[in-house]
Amino acid sequence: MTATFQTLGQDWAGDFGPYLFILLAGTLATDIWRWLGVLIGNRLRDDSEALNWVRAVATALIAAVIGNLILFPAGALASAPVALRIAAAVLGWGAFMAARQNILVGVVAAELVLIGGFVIIGG
Amino acid sequence: MSSEHGDEPQISSIIWFARGTAGIASVPALILMVTFIGFGVLCRESGLSLGQAVFMTAAIWALPSQVVLVSSVASGASLLATWIAVALSAVRFTPMVAAWVPMVRQPETPRWRLLVLSHFVAITAWVWSFLKLPALPRSARIPYFAGFAVTLSVCNISVTAASFLLAGALPVEAAAALFFLTPIYFLTALSAAARIAAERYALVIGLVLGPLLFWFDVGLDLLWAGLGGGTMAWLAGRLRRHQA
Repeated sequence: MTATFQTLGQDWAGDFGPYLFILLAGTLATDIWRWLGVLIGNRLRDDSEALNWVRAVATALIAAVIGNLILFPAGALASAPVALRIAAAVLGWGAFMAARQNILVGVVAAELVLIGGFVIIGG
Repeated sequence: MSSEHGDEPQISSIIWFARGTAGIASVPALILMVTFIGFGVLCRESGLSLGQAVFMTAAIWALPSQVVLVSSVASGASLLATWIAVALSAVRFTPMVAAWVPMVRQPETPRWRLLVLSHFVAITAWVWSFLKLPALPRSARIPYFAGFAVTLSVCNISVTAASFLLAGALPVEAAAALFFLTPIYFLTALSAAARIAAERYALVIGLVLGPLLFWFDVGLDLLWAGLGGGTMAWLAGRLRRHQA
């Protein structure tokens, strides 16, 4: 349980330790929810209040992941100023809404703001 | 094609599978593939190997969870801590799959087939299902979904490999722009897929609450953002309906 990506199974699994880590902490940790969904899907009525609550919780959770990716990113994105990242996300979302919820328009607009901001700051 | 199921089921299944495969040439599929370029770049920057990056896409097939896993691995977290973080990011699959099953299922569909196929349910294929499947006859839905979702997965495994190999040649601005695709794509796709008021409230509350709890270093920040934010959104949605 305290083993890490580098140390898990290094005595007996060798180079396959990290793959075992991915299977346990990745595949099992995600597919378990999919399998549970299959079991529940056979019982839960689609218009029930319980399903509405579960959907709201799930949406808030994934939105929290999105918020963290924008505000506290890892890697190269962290080199863009936080104000630029927020501006790009807000303007991209605004363009998405203005274009009748066209995802492509929203993504392209957000990227143009981010890249444009980078060019202005760098130049 | 008749809307009655039962006629030539073998032949129609293969045709429907092939038609589903053609869905790879669509805007959502294209966006996801470009988004996966960012994942290959992230894996390389985080010190993972090519094989590990490719294996992650094949064996997990959930981009936000893969990003959480890579971040957790990069921070040197333990197996248990990583498992909890990844599991929290994937809770969403339970309601997603639960809503998807009644749409694709037929009375005679074996459960193992749904369990296997559920691995290919992720945001893009899920949104695509809700847009495309209701118009199709029931017997066509599983092969049509399988054709699209399995092809999408295989293509993105290739994209992960290609982007990992090319990542070193990218300037930092390009890498940042590619990585930014992930949150902005999920933000817009999730907005498009939100059907009820509670989901729209949950989206806004989660966006604010997640970073806030992270900033104040509250443990299990994703869990609290989900449970707390989701419950608030659900209550607000009920309140709105009762007032209407």
